[in-house]
Amino acid sequence: MALVRMTSPHARGNNRTQTIMLWVVAATLPGVLAMTWFFGFGTLINIILASVVTLGVEALILRLRKRPVSFFVTDGSALVTAWLLALALPPLSPWWLVVIAASFAIVFGKQLYGGLGQNPFNPAMLGYAVVLISFPVEMTSWAAWRGIEQSIPDVSATLGLLDALRQVFGFSAQAIDGWAHATPLDILKTNSGLTINELATSQPVFGTLGGNIWEWINLAYLAGGLLLIYKRIVSWHAPLGMLAALAIMSLLFWGGSGSDSNGSPMFHLFSGATMLGAFFIVTDPVSCATSKLGRIVFGAGVGVLVYVIRAWGGYPDAVAFAVLLMNLTAPTIDYYTTPRTYGHRKAERGMGKVD
Amino acid sequence: MTQATPIKIWDIPGGIHPPENKHQSTANGLEVAPLPARLILPLQQHIGARAEPVVSVGDRVLKGQLLAEANGLVSCPLHAPTSGTVSAIGPAPYPHASGLEEWAITLESDGQDEWTDLEPISDFRALESAPLLEMIRLAGISGLGGAGFPTAVKINARPEQKIHSLIINGTECEPYITADDTAMRYKATEIVAGIEILRHILHPEEVLVGIEDNKSEAIAAMREAVGERDIRIVPFPTKYPSGGEKQLIQILTGKEVPSGGLPADIGMVCQNIGTLLAIHDAIILGQPLIKRITTLTGEALTHPTNVEALIGTPIRDLLEFAGLQPDRLYRLVMGGPMMGFTLQSMDAPVIKTSNCLLAGTLEELPPPPVAQPCIRCGLCSEACPAMLLPQQLHWFALGKEYDQLKRLNLFDCIECGCCSYVCPSSIPLVQYYRASKSEIRALELQQHKAEHSKQRFEQRQQRLQREAEQKEADRKARADKAARMKAAKEAGTASPDTPAPAEPDVARVTAQKPAGLNAEQKQLKIAAATAQMALKKAQKQVAANPDNAELKAQVPVLEQAWREAQQRFDASLGEASVKATPAPSAGADDETKRLKIEAAMLRASLKKAERAAGDTPTEEQEKEIYALREQVAVAEARLPKETAAKKPVDENLKKAKLDAAMAKAALKKAERAQADNMDDPALQEEVERCRDILTEALHTLEQAEANTSQPVPERERVDKKPIDEATRQRKTELAMAKAAYKKAEQSFKQAQEANADTGAAQAELDRTKEALNTAAKALAEHMASKETD
Repeated sequence: MALVRMTSPHARGNNRTQTIMLWVVAATLPGVLAMTWFFGFGTLINIILASVVTLGVEALILRLRKRPVSFFVTDGSALVTAWLLALALPPLSPWWLVVIAASFAIVFGKQLYGGLGQNPFNPAMLGYAVVLISFPVEMTSWAAWRGIEQSIPDVSATLGLLDALRQVFGFSAQAIDGWAHATPLDILKTNSGLTINELATSQPVFGTLGGNIWEWINLAYLAGGLLLIYKRIVSWHAPLGMLAALAIMSLLFWGGSGSDSNGSPMFHLFSGATMLGAFFIVTDPVSCATSKLGRIVFGAGVGVLVYVIRAWGGYPDAVAFAVLLMNLTAPTIDYYTTPRTYGHRKAERGMGKVD
Repeated sequence: MTQATPIKIWDIPGGIHPPENKHQSTANGLEVAPLPARLILPLQQHIGARAEPVVSVGDRVLKGQLLAEANGLVSCPLHAPTSGTVSAIGPAPYPHASGLEEWAITLESDGQDEWTDLEPISDFRALESAPLLEMIRLAGISGLGGAGFPTAVKINARPEQKIHSLIINGTECEPYITADDTAMRYKATEIVAGIEILRHILHPEEVLVGIEDNKSEAIAAMREAVGERDIRIVPFPTKYPSGGEKQLIQILTGKEVPSGGLPADIGMVCQNIGTLLAIHDAIILGQPLIKRITTLTGEALTHPTNVEALIGTPIRDLLEFAGLQPDRLYRLVMGGPMMGFTLQSMDAPVIKTSNCLLAGTLEELPPPPVAQPCIRCGLCSEACPAMLLPQQLHWFALGKEYDQLKRLNLFDCIECGCCSYVCPSSIPLVQYYRASKSEIRALELQQHKAEHSKQRFEQRQQRLQREAEQKEADRKARADKAARMKAAKEAGTASPDTPAPAEPDVARVTAQKPAGLNAEQKQLKIAAATAQMALKKAQKQVAANPDNAELKAQVPVLEQAWREAQQRFDASLGEASVKATPAPSAGADDETKRLKIEAAMLRASLKKAERAAGDTPTEEQEKEIYALREQVAVAEARLPKETAAKKPVDENLKKAKLDAAMAKAALKKAERAQADNMDDPALQEEVERCRDILTEALHTLEQAEANTSQPVPERERVDKKPIDEATRQRKTELAMAKAAYKKAEQSFKQAQEANADTGAAQAELDRTKEALNTAAKALAEHMASKETD
C-alpha cells in the first residue's frame, strides 16, 4: 500500500463549521421559545419561511455561480442567516416582507461578494435594514403579546396557528391596530410629556427591567449567548464591548426619570434587540474584526452607535444600522488592533501599506 | 534537591490539548533494537554543511570510527554505529518530506559490533570548557530534539553573552512521542551527568528542567537522580506546544526570545534530553553519537515501544521489530502528529533527529475533510502560541500579499500546527504559511540577485560615462588649447615655445632655408644684419631725439648701407639656390612610395588569384596569374635599388636626428635669451646662427629619412614640426608683425614722453597693431585647420 504524502499537522480537532453554525442556531432556542410564548406562531412562521427562502436562494445562486451546491448549502451559514433574520423581523409580518429580506440578505449580502466568508456586511442585518427602510409601517408593527387584553381590552394577541397563517399570508380582515402594538423603545422615543413613572403606569408595555415582555426575551437571548461563550463558539470580546458601551452611554445620557429621559441603562440593555444583537449579531465572525482587541473595539462601536441612534436618531432600535456601520470599519480596526507577536517588543499597527 | 523558592510557572498564549496517545508506547520500557544487516548513514543529519566522507568503499570500519568529518564550523562529523564494511557512498533513501535521496555512506554490518578504541574521560571537571566542547563537537552531537543544530555550536552560539540559565527540555509535548519520557525514566542518572557536564562548561546561575505534568514517572526518576544537586525539576501543566524552545523559555522564565534571535541572546541555552544523553556518552564513555532512543508507535504496530536504535537503521527494520501490520499502515510519520512529516518509503534510515516513527492507520490519522471557506472565526488566533493572526495570514497568503505577510510576522510562525488543528473549516493553514515562507525566501533571493545585477549594471554605466566624459574633456582641452593659442596671439603675447624670430628679414632667410648658407653668404648676411642694426639704432635715437638734425641725417645713409648689404646677400642667396644640388624632393619620395604600393597591390592580387585558382587552375585563371606575375616583375623592377645603402643610411638618420635635436635645443636657448633682451644684436646673431644650424640639421635629417626604410610612424614623429612650411611662414609673419608693433609702440611712448606730436606714431602704432592681428589670426586659423585635419 502506497504511503500517503501529507503535510503536518496530521492530527486535527473535530471542530467543524457546521457544528459552529448549528450551535449558534441552538443557542437562539431560548429566545425563540420566549418569543413564541409571547407572540404566538408568528416567530416560528418567520423562521420557517426565512429558512426555506434563504436555502432556496442560496442553492439557486450557487448553481448560477457554478459552485458545488450541497457542499455550501449544508455548511449551515445560510440557516443561521435565516434564523437571525426571522428573529429580528416582527412576528406576523407579511410573507413578502420575509421573502424580500431573506433573498436580499443572501443574494446581495452574501453571494454577490463571493459567498461564505467573503461578505463585508452581516447578511441578516443587511436584509433587515432593506425592509426596515422600505416598509417602515410593517416593520414597526409588533404583534400584541400574550396577556395584553388584561391591561388593554381592545387588543388581543394572535396566538393560534391558523390565525397567524392567515395574518402572515394576508387573509386576515383584522386591522393592524387590532393586533399590533408599539414597542417600549417606540413609546419612549415618541414620549414628550410624561415622566418615566407615568409612562410605566400608563403603558403596560414597560416592565421592571426593560419592556414588559422584552426583558424576558432579552434574558432568554442572554442565556443562549452565555451558552455560546461557554462552548467557545463565540468569544466574549465583542458582546462585552457592545453591552459595556451601551451601558456606559445610557448611564452618561440617562437624563433622570423626567419626560426628556433617554431611559435607564437597564432599560436599554433589556429592550429591543440588545441581547440578540450582542450575542448573535456582533459575534458574526465574517463581518466582525478578527483580533481580540479588535472585537472589543468593534462591539463597543456597535454599542455606542445603538445608543446614539436610539436616543437621538430617527429609529427606535438601531442594532442593524449600528452593526452595518461598524462592518464598514472592521478592516480598519483589524489594521490597528494587531496583537503583539511573540518575541516582538510591540505590535506593529497601522495600515501597513508599503507604497 | 533544593526547592526553596518555587519556580513561577508562566502560561503561554494559545495552545491546544490534542489527545496525548502516549500510553501506547510506554508499556514496554526501553528495548534495544536488533543489529541491522545494513545501515544507511546520510551525510546530512544536522543543520549546516554536509559532512565530508573520510572512508572509501570497501573499507572495514569499527564501531565508533569516524566515517565523515565536519565540513566547516556549522557541521557535524559522522561515526560508524557498528563494525562492518563500507559498501557504497552515494545517494540513498533519506527521511525527508520531499522523499528525495541524500548522499549517504552505506555500511554492511559484520555482526561483530566491534568497538574502536575509545577515550573516556574519568573526570571531566579537570578539563576546561574548550576541550569539552571540542569533544562534543567531535562526537558528532547535534540536537536530538528535532531541528538538529550542532550542539557544540549551539552551546557556544554567543560567546560574548554570559549564559545565566541552562534550560533542559523534557517537555515532549507532541502527542504519541515518548522518547524523552523513556530516557528520563530509565536513564535519569546519565541525563543528570550530561547536565553536570553542561553546567561545568557554561557555569549557569540556574538549571531548570522543564517537564510536562503528564510524565509523573519521568519527573520522579529525574528528581531522584538529581538528588541534592542545584538542578530544578519544574513540572508544568500539559499543553501543546509547550515543548517549543521559545515556548518553554516563556513558561519557565516569562521571557521571550527576541524575534529572529537565539535563546543565547537573553542568556539562555536550551538542550533536549536526548542531547544530554549523547553528551554523557561522548564525555563519560567516549562514545560518539551512534544511537538514539526512538518511539515506535501508531495503531499499525502491534508492539508499540521505545527502542535504542543505531543511527542509520532502516525504518523498515524498526517497524518490523515493533510488529508492523503493513496492510493497516496508511500514513507513516517521522516525528509527531503535529509537526512530523510523512515518509513515502520505509527504506530511509533513522537519523540523529528521528525521535518518533508514527505508523498510523486510516482511522487513526484520516485524511482531512475538504477545506471550507474561512469564516474568520478566530479560533486559530486563539490557539496561536506566537500570538499571530493566522486567519489574516491565510487571507494574505491566498492573495500572495507578501508585504502584508511580513508585516504580520509570518516568519515568527513556528509551524506548530495549532491553527490547522483547531480550524473548523479544515484549512491547511500551516501549509499555506510554509508555501508563502518559501515563496518569500525565493523572492528575496531573486531580489538580492536582481539588486546585485542592478549594481553591476549601474557601475558599468558609470564607468562608461566616466570614460565618455574623459574623452569629452580631452577633446575640450584640445579645443581650449587651440582657442587659448588663438587668444594669446590676438593679445600679442607669444607663447614661449613658439619660435619668435624678431626681425623683418628673417622671412627672407627662412624662405631660402632648404638651401643652406655658405660662408660667403653668411658673411654677407651678417653684414646686412649689422647694417640693419645700426640703422635701427639710429632710428631709435632719432625717435628719442627728434630735434637732432645730425642724427636725422645719419638715418638715410645707414638705410642705404643696409639696403646694399641686404641686396648683396639676397643676390648671393639667389645664386646659391640655383647652384645647390637638388635634394631628393618629397615628390621623388612619394613616387617611390607609390611604386612600392603598386607593387605590393599587384603582389596581393597575384596571391589572391593563385589562391582562387587552387591546385587545378582553369585556363583563364592561368592567364590572369601569368599577367599578374609579369606586372609584379615590372613593378618591382621600377622600384629604386636602395637596400644596399640601408644600414649606413640608418646610421646617418640617427646622427641627423641627434644633430637636429641639439640644434633645436640650442635655438630654443638662444631664443629665450633673446626674448629677455630684445635689442641685443649679439643675441640676435646667435639666434640667427642657431636657426641656420637647425635648418641645416633638419634638412640633413629629411634627406636621411627619405633614404631610410624605417617604419613610417617613427619618421613622422621626427619630421612633424619642421615639415609644415605654411605654419612656419605664418609664424614668421606673426613675429615680424609683432616686432613692428613693438617698435611702433616704443616710438609712440617716446613721442608721448617728449610731449611731441604723437599723431604719426599713433597712426604707425595702429597700423602695426592691425598687421599683428592679421598675422595672429592667420596663424590661428592655420593651426585650427591643421587641428581639424
